[in-house]
Amino acid sequence: MSQDANAFQTALALILSLDPDLLDIVRLSLQVSCSAVLLAALIGLPLGAALALWHFPGHGILVVALNALMGLPPVVAGLCVYLLLSRAGPLGELGLLFTPTAMVVAQVILVLPIIAALTRQQVEELHHEYREQLQSLGLSRLRMIPTLLWDARFGLVTVILAGFGRASAEVGAVMIVGGNIDGVTRVMTTAIVLETSKGDLPLALGLGIVLLGLVALINAGAYLVGESARRRLG
Amino acid sequence: MYKAGVTLTAIGLMGLSMTAVSQDEERHITLASTTSTENSGLFDAIIPQFTEATDIAVRVVAVGTGQAFEIARRGDADSLLVHDTAGEERFVEEGYGTERADVMYNDFVLIGPGDDPAGIADAESADEAFAAIAEAEAPFASRGDDSGTNRAELRLWEAAGVEPGGEWYRELGSGMGPTLNTAAGMDAYVMADRATWVAFDNPQNLELLFEGDEGLFNQYGSLLIDPERHPHLKHDLAEQWHEWLLSDEGQQAIADFEVNGEQLFFPNAAN
Repeated sequence: MSQDANAFQTALALILSLDPDLLDIVRLSLQVSCSAVLLAALIGLPLGAALALWHFPGHGILVVALNALMGLPPVVAGLCVYLLLSRAGPLGELGLLFTPTAMVVAQVILVLPIIAALTRQQVEELHHEYREQLQSLGLSRLRMIPTLLWDARFGLVTVILAGFGRASAEVGAVMIVGGNIDGVTRVMTTAIVLETSKGDLPLALGLGIVLLGLVALINAGAYLVGESARRRLG
Repeated sequence: MYKAGVTLTAIGLMGLSMTAVSQDEERHITLASTTSTENSGLFDAIIPQFTEATDIAVRVVAVGTGQAFEIARRGDADSLLVHDTAGEERFVEEGYGTERADVMYNDFVLIGPGDDPAGIADAESADEAFAAIAEAEAPFASRGDDSGTNRAELRLWEAAGVEPGGEWYRELGSGMGPTLNTAAGMDAYVMADRATWVAFDNPQNLELLFEGDEGLFNQYGSLLIDPERHPHLKHDLAEQWHEWLLSDEGQQAIADFEVNGEQLFFPNAAN
């Protein structure tokens, strides 16, 4: 119990001290995870909508594969990206291993299936509901994609937050492809692992509380934006 | 209006993410090294001195020695600082490394629960201590991760004439710190490098029970990687780091590093 109280004190002290090292780590965490979610959304939203609207041979297999990939272990994603970006790997020339870019790539792989699979499900339901209306407007399926995505936007915010949760919480992938280099690729989760391995459990838990607080803030922000938009639309 | 706001936010985030990606152009080398050197704080103490002298930053990827070799073999690190002399010599023989040099040493220590059920505190030698643990079938936490410490531990079991296995011998497959955390949780014996042990903050019931045997010697070596095999690596910069570690300046920096008033690494480069 005393250790838990200690962790809250540590967390509070960390936040109040505005330690520049901690701020760097927080900034990098947000940059990496936000970039990954953004890129995954740019690909995953249209991809999910397309899978909802087009049915083709092998469609079912693709949907199942996408759903299964939601459970991809981060370590495996990290290992794949490591082998890809390692100097001995196919993209080694780029020299991207142990950089924040490599971490973004790994997290995109983790987040993309979540966003695409959940988007497909949301858009498919909406499409069933509005199919006749949309067809009477003479919209092609390609033109339906932005319309349906826009109509589903409130639900999709939650989808994107789920993706962000995955990105900000994982440690296995960024540890392998980033290397947890001090000041270069150290993010919140890898810092927590490091402090745990040093046996500084209060600091590790304190960092965990700071991370949880950040994620909560971002979720609260999304909630408020959603609520006010909903109210405006009546 | 709302849509425009979303787009603007998206573009802003994109810009933010690009700065994360492009801040990468300082002069630096990537050093693959062990968790013991990183966790004890040695690098935080000596790297700034090197950077000040040469204007080269050192980015440390701290992993187990086995993984460090693999990273270097694949051409993903410019230099190596590890602790498995036999493995290091093999690395050079196989043509991956061009040069290996002794840098510093410390020692391994045997840690265990304070009440010492196997009675290793009174052992005359490391062999005897290891044999006593096996005899008592007292829980022993092994790294089990092919690290330098793990390899040294396996050699010590062999020297003690014990083939470790069974309920009491627990291979954890994790780094030194996590292994100490787990050993503390289950009151197990564990072999650790002294640096990680001294800097470790969560000992609970664990105490240092046995030390000082020749077999517990722990040598660290610095390696340079073959430029012909991996021409893209920063050999010039890595060589400066290697030379600095062996120089009087570097050796002094290592000797000056202390935790709680205790020197953790003892320089022994052959000059």
